[in-house]
Amino acid sequence: MSEIVPGADHPIPHDHADDVELYHPHSWITKYVFSQDAKVIGIQYSLTAMAIGLVALVLSWLMRLQLGFPSTFSFIDPPSYYQFITMHGMIMVVYLLTALFLGGFGNYLIPLMVGARDMVFPYANMLSYWIYLLAVLVLVASFFAPGGPTGAGWTLYPPQAILSGTPGGQGWGIILMLVSLALFIIGFTMGGLNYVVTVLQARTRGMTLMRMPLTVWGIFTATVMALLAFPALFVGAVMMLFDRLLGTSFFMPALVEMGQQLRYGGGSPILFQHLFWFFGHPEVYIVALPAFGIVSDLISTHARRNIFGYRMMVWAIVGIGALSFIVWAHHMYVSGMHPWFGFFFATTTLIIAVPTAIKVYNWLLTLWRGDIHLTVPMLFTLAFIVTFLNGGLTGLFLGNVVVDVPLSDTMFVVAHFHMVMGVAPIMVIFGGIYHWYPKVTGRMMNDAMGKIHFWVTFLGAYLIFFPMHYLGLLGVPRRYHEIGPTSFVPDSAETLNAFISVVALVVGAAQMLFLFNLAWSLRRGREAGPNPWNATTLEWQTPQTPPGHGNWGKETPPVYRWAYAYGVPGAARDFIPQNEPPATAAGDGGSG
Amino acid sequence: MPDTPLIRTQDAATPTSGWHSLVSDWSSDRHAFKDVSWGKAMMWIFLLSDTFIFGCFLLSYMTVRMSTTTPWPNPSEVFALEIAGTNMPLILIAIMTFVLITSSGTMAMAVNAGYRRNRRAAALLMLVTALFGAAFVGMQAFEWSKLIHEGVRPWENPWGAAQFGSTFFMITGFHGTHVTIGVIFLLIVARKVWRGDFDSGRKGFFTSRKGRYEIVEITGLYWHFVDLVWVFIFAFFYLW
Ligand code: HEM
Ligand SMILES: [Cu+2]
Repeated sequence: MSEIVPGADHPIPHDHADDVELYHPHSWITKYVFSQDAKVIGIQYSLTAMAIGLVALVLSWLMRLQLGFPSTFSFIDPPSYYQFITMHGMIMVVYLLTALFLGGFGNYLIPLMVGARDMVFPYANMLSYWIYLLAVLVLVASFFAPGGPTGAGWTLYPPQAILSGTPGGQGWGIILMLVSLALFIIGFTMGGLNYVVTVLQARTRGMTLMRMPLTVWGIFTATVMALLAFPALFVGAVMMLFDRLLGTSFFMPALVEMGQQLRYGGGSPILFQHLFWFFGHPEVYIVALPAFGIVSDLISTHARRNIFGYRMMVWAIVGIGALSFIVWAHHMYVSGMHPWFGFFFATTTLIIAVPTAIKVYNWLLTLWRGDIHLTVPMLFTLAFIVTFLNGGLTGLFLGNVVVDVPLSDTMFVVAHFHMVMGVAPIMVIFGGIYHWYPKVTGRMMNDAMGKIHFWVTFLGAYLIFFPMHYLGLLGVPRRYHEIGPTSFVPDSAETLNAFISVVALVVGAAQMLFLFNLAWSLRRGREAGPNPWNATTLEWQTPQTPPGHGNWGKETPPVYRWAYAYGVPGAARDFIPQNEPPATAAGDGGSG
Repeated sequence: MPDTPLIRTQDAATPTSGWHSLVSDWSSDRHAFKDVSWGKAMMWIFLLSDTFIFGCFLLSYMTVRMSTTTPWPNPSEVFALEIAGTNMPLILIAIMTFVLITSSGTMAMAVNAGYRRNRRAAALLMLVTALFGAAFVGMQAFEWSKLIHEGVRPWENPWGAAQFGSTFFMITGFHGTHVTIGVIFLLIVARKVWRGDFDSGRKGFFTSRKGRYEIVEITGLYWHFVDLVWVFIFAFFYLW
């Protein structure tokens, strides 16, 4: 550990390096609308992501209505069901989770947590948000385009994605989806480069990489991954656009549609699957790694314990990030690949379980004998751990070829990925918002509403997704508008489906309470003060709350220790902020 | 475990060899890469990401070349020019490649001149580089129009697999766009160098930040990258 926390008694030199040239806004517009301040951009990202996420939530209600009460709602016909699924999935994964974790949390937290004044290139950072907004608008436009949005499934597999049998396939839907994705990637790249360079090159004095809070590690690694994974999706999107608009055959084999030979021929549909999942699997970790990081910090803060095995946690994050680039084909076991490839990808998939399990153990060991405060952020954090564990275990099932093949495309898969990359990261997002809201606004969120929100969401999520494992084992297929009578699904499954749908509506309603709480606490919330959770990380040590333009006073804060100095024996308080000089933190330093 | 002191002074000096020193160098204070400015770091990371884009394009090209059922046109015949009665395979491509590689040389000289504060030379050399780049794009346009004349389209061509035209237009088009953007950047930066913006501390129009001569080098990084990518396109597309 001595390497982690070097030189508490080394004097830290004054800051002679040239400081950031900040852009100083002169008008309301440049301050709050076309803002170059990462904090404002972070809030813009978060609000936009939540707004579009709300659309995805409403779509999930509509799908659940159909699944729970088939043949009841005439406006949900099979094509619209597919459109709902597709838009729900894509919005949730890309436009909500990725944007919120990296664009939202990343922008707000990275500069504050590493002690920088802003992102390194604020102008590009601002563009990043506006291109993201444009991408969202293009996506929304597809709801109003002739033929409606695409119904190809969020995986957008060709050839069906651009054929007339798929909703939006020969209309505008798929075009707008692909254009929107390409825009998203361009916008993200501008922001992502900023996050990476800010972490690498713009930390404050004393902030070594191995003193960074794990939140920063998680977001940083996820951003690097995104910069390497999104290119595959970008290329796939461009090529599919050409197939659709120019009649090229990158992904299109020779096809007969309605008795007519199409002009396509010679392309490789499997190629798209490879490109998609080379992006798609890392994408899972792009939303999981920031969640891992945030969870580590929330656990440590709310259990008043230093994080167990910090160094191991960092390596686990980096290791998971690297490994997740060589497992993508576990999504393609049923595509007819060579058994040896299946063997390879199953092996790499199972290997990822090792660093992941290390993280879970370390969280538990951090909690062990901790002084656990069951605050709302902590509740969400605990919910994350169990949910992620659950999703991770079903992931081991699906990672094995022989088990996956029968389970593929059943509700079991739906249950699995909702647990692991739907519910689990959303829990962290909520926890993070409850945790950092006081810093962003200066006020606490209402606790009672927070607890109701938590319990309804947590229990509800289990009531929704747990039974789906069982449905999947029965053989209920995924992406079916209505299965009708079968020989293998008992009638009771229908009752279960109705139950799930009712719970889904209730859980959805609880999210309205959360949104209300967000707005209500803005004015009525309890004054928070600068550091309501007694946390050590730099963002809680800003001279103003909410932090002002440039984040810090005349100089950026010097850092003397890691981010987890909780319960240090002999110290005056049970936490020592990262920037507190050793002399004032009694008990610090000397204990060698 | 809970009673172990959490903060220790670092009595032994930082490790000096092996992996540990690599890690501690990287993770040390403030900058992971010493003496690398933000702009340069950002360009390197962008180029890494861009490498993945070109990599995916080239791999996709190889895949469809194998998946297609019709024979692939022979590049040395397709990319041949009739000059003074003799048929010269790949002649245009050879010239284009030569021009682009030469432009990397002038670019490197421009960077050198920029750091020596030789404004005139730097600006002129960048201009020359931009001209080479424009010549490259011009020849590419010529090649495109020749092929289009001969009936090559993204969706079909007279000689065989339709994917030939699809990948050709897509990949060279994407690369040509990169070159064009590079030319525009070169011209902008050359103008700034010429005007002495980096000596006078004039602020950027969009970013309202002061620029430095380093931007010449950063533009150069991009330029060399585009050049390097071309070598791969050349090898995989024209020579295979
Ligand atoms: C209240 C919460 C949610 C409910 C009730 C819900 C419900 C559903 C339903 C009913 C389906 C379609 C199942 C089928 O017929 O195949 C689905 C698909 C999907 N959901 Fe959710 N979902 C929720 C939250 C999320 C979240 C947070 C994510 C973020 C990762 C997410 C990602 C997806 C994806 C990727 C698909 C697959 C789409 C496809 O098959 O193309 N969902 N969801
Ligand atoms: Cu995966």
